Amino acid sequence: MSAIVILIVLSLIVALGFLVAFLVAVKSGQFEDDYTPSVRMLFEEKIQNPNTYDQESHSEQRTGSETPLG
Amino acid sequence: MIKNPTLSSEQGVRPPLVEQFTYDNVIVKNFAIASVFWGIAGMLVGLIAALELVLPEFGLWAGIGELSFGRIRPLHTNAVIFAFVGNGIFMGVYYSLQRLLKASMYSKALSNIHFWGWQSIIVMALISFPLGITTGKEYAELEWPIDIAIALVWIVFGLNMFMTMIHRRERHLYVAIWFYIATWITVTVLHVVNSLEIPFSWIKSYSIYAGVQDALVQWWYGHNAVAFFLTTPYLGLMYYFIPKAINRPVYSYRLSIIHFWALIFIYIWAGPHHLLYTSLPDWAQSLGTVFSIMLIMPSWGGMLNGLMTLRGAWDKVRNDPTLKFLVVAVTAYGMATLEGPLLSVKSFNALTHFTDWTIGHVHVGALGWNGFLTFGILYWLVPKMWKTQIFSVKLANAHFWIGTLGIIFYAVPMYWAGLTQSLMWKDFDADGFLVYKNFLETLLQIVPMYWMRALGGTLYLVGVFMMVYNLVKTAGAGSFEAYEQAEAPALEKDYEEKKGEYWHRWIERRPMQMLVASLVLILIGGIVEMVPTFMIKSNIPTIASVKPYTPLELQGRDLYVKEGCYTCHSQMIRPFRSETERYGEYSKSGEFVYDHPFQWGSKRTGPDLHRIGGKYSDSWHYQHMLDPRSMSPGSLMPAYPWMFERQIDVASTEARISAMQTLGVPYPAGFEKEANDDLYRQADAIVARLKADDIIDDETAAYIRDKEIIAMIAYLQRMGTDIKAEKTAGK
Repeated sequence: MSAIVILIVLSLIVALGFLVAFLVAVKSGQFEDDYTPSVRMLFEEKIQNPNTYDQESHSEQRTGSETPLG
Repeated sequence: MIKNPTLSSEQGVRPPLVEQFTYDNVIVKNFAIASVFWGIAGMLVGLIAALELVLPEFGLWAGIGELSFGRIRPLHTNAVIFAFVGNGIFMGVYYSLQRLLKASMYSKALSNIHFWGWQSIIVMALISFPLGITTGKEYAELEWPIDIAIALVWIVFGLNMFMTMIHRRERHLYVAIWFYIATWITVTVLHVVNSLEIPFSWIKSYSIYAGVQDALVQWWYGHNAVAFFLTTPYLGLMYYFIPKAINRPVYSYRLSIIHFWALIFIYIWAGPHHLLYTSLPDWAQSLGTVFSIMLIMPSWGGMLNGLMTLRGAWDKVRNDPTLKFLVVAVTAYGMATLEGPLLSVKSFNALTHFTDWTIGHVHVGALGWNGFLTFGILYWLVPKMWKTQIFSVKLANAHFWIGTLGIIFYAVPMYWAGLTQSLMWKDFDADGFLVYKNFLETLLQIVPMYWMRALGGTLYLVGVFMMVYNLVKTAGAGSFEAYEQAEAPALEKDYEEKKGEYWHRWIERRPMQMLVASLVLILIGGIVEMVPTFMIKSNIPTIASVKPYTPLELQGRDLYVKEGCYTCHSQMIRPFRSETERYGEYSKSGEFVYDHPFQWGSKRTGPDLHRIGGKYSDSWHYQHMLDPRSMSPGSLMPAYPWMFERQIDVASTEARISAMQTLGVPYPAGFEKEANDDLYRQADAIVARLKADDIIDDETAAYIRDKEIIAMIAYLQRMGTDIKAEKTAGK
């Protein structure tokens, strides 16, 4: 039975440790940007014409990926 | 549209240098082809195994050891998990990782070593399983040289992945990548810990753990193979390919972060739910149950996050076969993860464990979640990489429907069969006797369900062939873009820290820290569970009368492992009256202390064998192994004629005993030298009994004395008898 006591104590320590870490993280604003990564992953930095590549037109070429099939 | 702030020339900031690079599609293509190829192979073997269960005497496989159910069942499970899904993981990871990190793979050489290394391992499995080269631990059956090869190839994969992360051009690690990282770390730890074994030849080893401890380690591995090989990498793929396929962001990125952390923290603890009501200490069972029930929260959070990504765009699902597959895959994930916690509740597990319910459950996961997600990705990826449209949307839709029907025809009969058989096992009449005393009655009752399952599997496989045709036609119409040009600004080295962001970046924006953090997390889970069981002696009460196996019995036990008897027979009598009435005294943990590896099994297609010793005569076993139907008419067990022809590998007896001594099995010093004398003495005694029963004549007696069947009989007659000796001694 002593094993289960050790287990509960350890589990509580670990769980509380994570709870504290989570609270500290939230309070210090670590999870502030929880939106843009989900949008940015949709963009694909394809080069449409590598030969005439120049930086000015680059930002205009940044379109979302193609429409899905169907 | 959101502009990348580093690119804007406002505020007088000089735009950083934009670098050009390529995405390697060749490695993605290779893994895609391998996944489909091995998928078909693995499913075909599964179909054969399913038919063997209902047609044990059918000419194609009857009497052929290499094709017997016990040997090809591991081939099926390993092929589907590590070849089909494994290559599917690598296909998706190599595609998405490069794009999420805005970088080429770190090394083309490492990619290729990974690819060819993994395929060679699969080929080695394909050869070694039919030959009966196995460790006897489910989903970890590959023997030690192949285990080492797996570890090396896995490290190559990890190195390639982490080095790509270090050279990335996107600071934020998208949630999918976290899932890949957790997968890599956990599988490494699981594989190494569960594969610790003492080799005594190039093709055979003994697990360093015995009995209860081996069982705990094995199912800690087995469960997490499901968790971290079949689930977390595919969740990563889900978080990449669903948003991509529908071109909208995931429903909630915040939820995906919570999903990830909660899932990897809880998953690692749930393993003991495979051992409920066994001889595993009670506290470990309860722990497994509690964490399994908790798992429903992150699992369903993730499932809903995947499904809700389609919010407001469900009309697209009607037209797009890719989305159909993805939606059903995520739904199957939801079903399987609801069922998992349910099956982990002790009272429910008492009903379903060892039955076909488990088989139904895993196939909802494998066919629905893994299979359909892979197909959905393939239908999206192939037209994209070949720069064309899908050859036939109609055919893809037909695949979807036939595949879905296949899953239903597979899963429903299995649930039905599981419940039916379990209720029959537990059925008592008014006088307190078992209604179905003969185990075989309960099996024959569900044979129609086994046929339905084979039909379900066939439908599913037909669908896969339709997909192959469709994809080949698609690729033929397009032109493959081997290296996709891309560009992105280099990552700024002197990134200015924003206030309060330190820890966030410390953990999540640096792969190495992330790696260490995940490792610590899962190690805590593993250690807390395992160390006490190893350290605290009271967990495994020793039983004085339990003695090591004799050399002949040990040879027989190794043959039991080799023939994969554990795929149909358990060696674990649970403390239920229905089981003690049927099989005898319930199993005690102290009885397994010399079992390297444990052979408790997970499925009873045949009866439990833990108390088989002494129940029947040697002659009965002799005839039963030669022709099961002569002893139990209607039996579905295969015959083992080759065991009557093949010699016991007596040359290895010494090595076997020595290896056991190394593992602490108390054979007297020097016993290994005289082990074969002991072996022949016991064999002759068995042969004499067979002769006394008039089963064999003098000529056969001389011939059969050193054949495998004699060792097998010795082991079967020993099983579970030690504890009977103690009872007699105690009186």
